[in-house]
Amino acid sequence: MPKEVLQGTLDLMVLRTLAAMGPQHGLGLAKRILQVSDGLLDLNQGTLYPALLRLEQRRWIKSRWGTSDNNRKAKFYELTARGRRQIREETESWELTVALMAKFLAKTAGER
Amino acid sequence: MIWGRLVDMFRRRRLDADLDSQLAHHLDGLEADARAQGLSPDDARAAARRAMGGLTQAREAYRDQLTIPLVDTLWQDVRYALRAMRGNLTFTIVVVLTLALGIGANTAVFSVLNSVLLKPLSYPRPEELVKVRHIGPGATGSSFDGLNLSPSMYFTYAEHNRAFQSLGVWIATNGSVTGVAGPEPVRAIGVSDGVLQALNVAPAAGRWFLPDDQLGPPRPLPSLLRAYTKVILSYGFWQRHFGGDRSVIGRTIAMDGRLKEIVGVMPRGFKIADTDADYLFPIAFDRARITLAGGGFGYQSVARLRPGVTIAQANADVARMVPIWMSAWSNGAGANPQAYETWKITPALRPLRQEVVGSVTDMLWVVMATIGLVMLIACANVANLLLVRAEVRQRELAVRAALGAGRGRIVRSLLVESLLLGLVGGAVGIGLASAGVHALVAIGPTNLPRLGEISVDVRTLGFAAVLSLASSVLFGLIPALKYTGPQISAALGSIGRAASVSRDQHRARNALVVVQVAIALVLLVSAGLMIRTFESLRTVDPGFTDPEHLQVMRLFISATSEPDAEGASRLENAIQDKLSSVPGVSSAAFGSAMPLEGYGPNLGVVNSGPVVAEDRSDQDQRSSAPPQRLFKYVSPGFFRTAGTSLLAGRDITWTDIYGLRPVVLISENLAREFWGTPAAAVGRRVRQDSKMPWHEVIGVVQDVREDDLYQPAPRIVYWASMSAYIGIGSGPITIRGITYIIRSERPVTEAFLSQLQQAVWSVNSSLPVVPRTMRDVYDRSLARTSFTLVMLAIAASMALLLGIVGIYGVISYTVSQRRREIGIRAALGAQRGELQAMFVRHGLVLAGIGVVFGLGAAAGLTRLMSTLLYGITPLDPVTYVAVPLVLIAATVLASYLPARRAASVDPAEALRIE
Repeated sequence: MPKEVLQGTLDLMVLRTLAAMGPQHGLGLAKRILQVSDGLLDLNQGTLYPALLRLEQRRWIKSRWGTSDNNRKAKFYELTARGRRQIREETESWELTVALMAKFLAKTAGER
Repeated sequence: MIWGRLVDMFRRRRLDADLDSQLAHHLDGLEADARAQGLSPDDARAAARRAMGGLTQAREAYRDQLTIPLVDTLWQDVRYALRAMRGNLTFTIVVVLTLALGIGANTAVFSVLNSVLLKPLSYPRPEELVKVRHIGPGATGSSFDGLNLSPSMYFTYAEHNRAFQSLGVWIATNGSVTGVAGPEPVRAIGVSDGVLQALNVAPAAGRWFLPDDQLGPPRPLPSLLRAYTKVILSYGFWQRHFGGDRSVIGRTIAMDGRLKEIVGVMPRGFKIADTDADYLFPIAFDRARITLAGGGFGYQSVARLRPGVTIAQANADVARMVPIWMSAWSNGAGANPQAYETWKITPALRPLRQEVVGSVTDMLWVVMATIGLVMLIACANVANLLLVRAEVRQRELAVRAALGAGRGRIVRSLLVESLLLGLVGGAVGIGLASAGVHALVAIGPTNLPRLGEISVDVRTLGFAAVLSLASSVLFGLIPALKYTGPQISAALGSIGRAASVSRDQHRARNALVVVQVAIALVLLVSAGLMIRTFESLRTVDPGFTDPEHLQVMRLFISATSEPDAEGASRLENAIQDKLSSVPGVSSAAFGSAMPLEGYGPNLGVVNSGPVVAEDRSDQDQRSSAPPQRLFKYVSPGFFRTAGTSLLAGRDITWTDIYGLRPVVLISENLAREFWGTPAAAVGRRVRQDSKMPWHEVIGVVQDVREDDLYQPAPRIVYWASMSAYIGIGSGPITIRGITYIIRSERPVTEAFLSQLQQAVWSVNSSLPVVPRTMRDVYDRSLARTSFTLVMLAIAASMALLLGIVGIYGVISYTVSQRRREIGIRAALGAQRGELQAMFVRHGLVLAGIGVVFGLGAAAGLTRLMSTLLYGITPLDPVTYVAVPLVLIAATVLASYLPARRAASVDPAEALRIE
């Protein structure tokens, strides 16, 4: 996937995953996204952690240090109220885009 | 989001550590997963690492999120610039000092300019305050600046105006306060109703005057005023005499021989139109005694316009009231009611601020401009230095370019360096400026308006900051623009710089030197013109001689201490005799005022009025409003003591005075105007108007400069110190505000001064005296001119010095550049003299071009200072010839020193270097 598209959609994916899972650390998020995408999206931590930082700078998620299930110190991320608002807005905008594109794509398929 | 990034910039290190922890955690997790799938610990770890991917890129991507790229690179530039500055410390110090001097000097002058000219006056809504005055183009012969108000005008204007919220008149006088150590002379201002209301400032303690305060009984004739019983003290006076004790309100104090009640204290620094006083007293005119012109037109007036009223509208309002005034009052039976129509009295209101600072506006702007030019020269010098350094740094910049820095990036880092130099120079400059402001106030004219308000305030600091930035851009742009991109092969190679780069920068540096010389020439010409002006002024014969040996003492004989006119005259006479008998005194006398003392003819001290000659049958006689002449009142011996020559006839004597004989002396120019020669004037008769008997002209004295040395000598009539015919009312009148002059060769010591004081007190112990030398009075009148001169001389010297340094730098650099060439020439047989001449010629060419441009600029710009000049034109040939010669000489010196180095180059060595 091209990088620019990835960045925008990745943000939404991470937010949605957090909404579904609740507070989670980076590793858990990566695994979950891999799972949800049926193995198609294997996130490099080089992409994931900068993305998490970006989301935190935008105040859509917040972080705190906690203990993970195998008793290690890990940084947990969770949604903020703003983040939830952002999910709603972006989901709406995505659905609009998808619906619009579907109309165009359906037409050209008919031509063939 | 930007905010988030900005904040994170500061938490960088902690966030970096955070990332490392998270990555470690991630790795462990993957490893645990791999182990769970059955791999061995080592294999699991290896698999986990592979799955993680490259960590460096992750860290970099993470870090990119943590900063704003622009801020990051700028910060890098700043650190780099600081390192470069530290590395080349001498260079940095020279540049910073040059800038600090320029910025400091400019900031100091600006702070004076700001405090005096730009800041509004310290009253509420000061733009509404005006001085009410007129001009009388038909009142010829007057030597003063416009017509103030007469008491009759005050009544008319106060009652009939529509344009003003409040209006009042005031007058400054001297008084005395009886203190513990004897009578102390004090300055006092009498204010009518309306003045304090117009200024609208709250008192520091107590209250201002109320209308009730002003209705005491009328004073003895010839005064037009009612007596006052209440006073308001100044803040300083209150502190000095009462220690700031508030209970002083309501107490009494002895002033002018009478007890007055203290009703209030002025706020600290309070002045009325820049005149300060130790106390205020209320003035109220006795309406019954007011005539059309009674009291003279000498009362200063201040008024506050109604909101929204412009000066033009106020002028129109006053113009409407002038005819009302003329018909409402008269000069007594038989006087022409339309007398003053020929004067064409026209209102000419001035904003109070202009009144206060108008006289120094030109001077301050000239000084600001000159110091600004010096700043330009300093910038040129710094630009030159930067250009030199740029050539030296070619190699370093080429390396940076090779490592990937774009041209824009390098130019930006050069600019950042210049900015940093500018800011550091500015910071040091501000420090110098505060010292500079103190110095300026110390050497400045003591009669500079608003002197007490001069300070370094926020606007001044802002000016310094803007100046630093602007100069950084100015001198930084030149080397930055000259940087034409990496000349990698040439710079990194061992052969040295490419010739084309060098030549271009050389041209720039030559151009800078030409500019410096041109500006220095303009400044030197201005300074030269001021020097010539000063000399011209000093050759003006002021009408008295040898001011160092002339002591001046001002006294006031109040009506309470000596109500009878003849008694007052005998008192004055006695004091004169006592003073003459002090050892070492060759003569003493008194008069209403000495010239240059600053008592203009409108201050009720020196009067003015019309004079008609008996046998001159011309228009003057028939018109009822002849030209105003200056009136002064003298004792016998006044002219001899002052050193004013008697050109014809004789001096007045005490017999004349006690006998109330109608005699006068007149000034030379008046004698010539009426009768052609001084000798012809003796024996003729003059009088003021038909009510006065004819007075005989018994003598003619030389012309005397009255207000300042710039103005021509006015026409003066000298009346006796006691006369039956001055003022209104019956009986003789003696002038009571007088200046004693004492001529003595004795050095002015404490002992001498106290002997003079004792001489006065032995006659009357309640008279305060403060002796001054006439020299001080004379110097004071020259104070503004000498201040301008000093400032211009300082600026011109700085300019000359910087110019010399600039030329020296360029020639010096040329010499080092052309060492090989010199070596070759020397080896081929060139003599020392020839080599030296080569470089001196180069310097002269540069200076010559600069001089040509400079002369053109000077010819255009010096027109702007023509109001400050006296006796010479802005294109004075002497100055315009002398200054280029001085510059040429300086250039020869500045070029010769490095040229000598050229001549001592060893050819063999020179040919060996790269």
